[in-house]
Amino acid sequence: MSIKNLFKIAMNALLRNKFRAFLTMLGIIIGVASVIAMLGIGQGSKLSIQQQIAGMGLNLVTVVPGSQQRGGVQFGAATMQSLKETDVDAILSECTAVLAATPEVRGNGQVVFGALNWPTSLYGENESYLQIRERSVVNGRMFTDKEISSAAKVCLVGQTVIKNLFGEGADPVGQVIRFKKIPFLIIGVLDPKGLNTFGQDQDDLLLAPYTTVQKRVQAITWVNSIYTSAVDAGSTDQAATQITETLRRHHKIKASDQDDFTIRNQAELLSTFSSVSNILTVLLGAIAGISLLVGGIGIMNIMYVSVTERTREIGLRMAIGGKGRDILMQFLAESMLLSITGGVIGILVGIAASKIIGSAMSWPVVVLPSSEVLSFAVCTIIGIFFGWYPAKKAASLDPIDALRYE
Amino acid sequence: MKKLIEIIKLKKDYYIGEVTVHALKGVDMVVNEGEFVAIMGASGSGKSTMLNIIGCLDKPTFGDYILDGINISGLSRNELASYRNRKLGFVFQTYNLLPRTTALDNVELPLMYNATVKSKERKERAIAALESVGLADRMYHKPNQLSGGQQQRVAIARSLVNDPVVILADEATGNLDTRTSYEIMALFQDLNNKGKTVVFVTHELDIAKCATRNVIFKDGVILRESIVQDRIIARELLAGMPIEAD
Repeated sequence: MSIKNLFKIAMNALLRNKFRAFLTMLGIIIGVASVIAMLGIGQGSKLSIQQQIAGMGLNLVTVVPGSQQRGGVQFGAATMQSLKETDVDAILSECTAVLAATPEVRGNGQVVFGALNWPTSLYGENESYLQIRERSVVNGRMFTDKEISSAAKVCLVGQTVIKNLFGEGADPVGQVIRFKKIPFLIIGVLDPKGLNTFGQDQDDLLLAPYTTVQKRVQAITWVNSIYTSAVDAGSTDQAATQITETLRRHHKIKASDQDDFTIRNQAELLSTFSSVSNILTVLLGAIAGISLLVGGIGIMNIMYVSVTERTREIGLRMAIGGKGRDILMQFLAESMLLSITGGVIGILVGIAASKIIGSAMSWPVVVLPSSEVLSFAVCTIIGIFFGWYPAKKAASLDPIDALRYE
Repeated sequence: MKKLIEIIKLKKDYYIGEVTVHALKGVDMVVNEGEFVAIMGASGSGKSTMLNIIGCLDKPTFGDYILDGINISGLSRNELASYRNRKLGFVFQTYNLLPRTTALDNVELPLMYNATVKSKERKERAIAALESVGLADRMYHKPNQLSGGQQQRVAIARSLVNDPVVILADEATGNLDTRTSYEIMALFQDLNNKGKTVVFVTHELDIAKCATRNVIFKDGVILRESIVQDRIIARELLAGMPIEAD
């Protein structure tokens, strides 16, 4: 029998029971739609994490002090005071893969303006900070080299600090605020950046020359960390290697000793978070896949019912010349028509559902063409797999018994 | 005259659990081209088994069955299916039409299993078959829109559409009233007059008298064979019958 005839017969058989065919398809529709929507949500979250990490600067390579160890006791990450501002100069002059570098000195405390105060973090950086962290000044200016060398008491403020000290939308440039009793002249306002992937408010900060924070606020000689920017996103590994070599030489670390610093780059962070969201995607996909499986079992059930109900039809088809293979193909064609039609509708419903979920929950939802192709392929396989046994049962009937079946 | 069906020392056993049922115990039978044979017998006499074997639906345990010059005893299941498709036409007691399917589609069905017939020819032949049974105006009716007699005529059209060498009917009038039965028999006689060979299983004596020859089975053997002397011509009988009000 030709393929055309086969599908014509299968179509006619299904149209004889429109409502039942629809209900059977519904299982597949729901299954496929949920697979599409769940994978869409998973992909969306993955993509948004990637974008946020990229937003923090994909070229970023961070150097933090190593953990301090005394008498075999580890004091935790970044407890050493091993990084100095001279390290920054060394990295800049010796590491060819590094474009820019800034030391960072941090301090936490209350910032006070008039009667208002707000707990925030003070970041001491050099002028490369904006470039490295991909930020910009929306109002006023960045501090200068001269202000760095003179440890000037100037600062830039983030949006959250403005909101809490001056009120939303106010222009604080030119005002003087106090941090740990030290007056700082506000010279600029940083761009709004919102929360990062970890839920930290990236606008809740004061930015000052690192010399100011190091000498006037913290009174320390080391720096908390060093941020560097590789020449491009592909060179972060190379940059990390060069920085390691440079710092080991400058810190006079013996070949047998461990580094007294740790280097992190964004690629690592990216792969960590990508793997987390991959697990999420797999999990959601698996749950949705189960509903697709249930849909497939629904098809199998209906095909069994259909074979039993149409035993006499099968007998007749055999009597007038239908071979076992023809009968097998006919029922397979029916189950495949059910699953593929259901799959196509399911994909459309899934795309629509993803858009609705995405806009209703304001989640990023991304439907990849690959998940559509995958769902479609799975549907076809389900049609064959779950249609096979009922079809095989139909094909192996004895025509005489089938014709007599009541 | 050409021997269309030749059955030689045919036996058929069924195994039901450990019990062996000898349904046919050595049957010799010949049907010539152009004959109208009625097979008769009580239930359990082996007449249905005989028809199943003639219809290539079942294979004999022993003996030979030669249909249109080919011994079918040695054929595989698939070969039998093609044989049924090309050589035989079936008419059943319960019509066995596909529900919710038009008369035309029902009649086209056997040709669907013949890859050499294209869809245009298939439709033409189905229309011709329906016209030959007098249902030209019912082609797009579905079985539930047709009377029993009309449904059986669709079934006869279906059995004709592949131009079989023999039409096999199993109690084809069993579900019909007397008048409709004779209408169907008149149709069979018309087809027979045009040269079609018909083998007909029935237990009704009057229906059997429409045939040219009767073969009576009993306990798995042929009890008697006889040429019908006082043959009923169904059309003449119908002309004399009052048309019953429904």
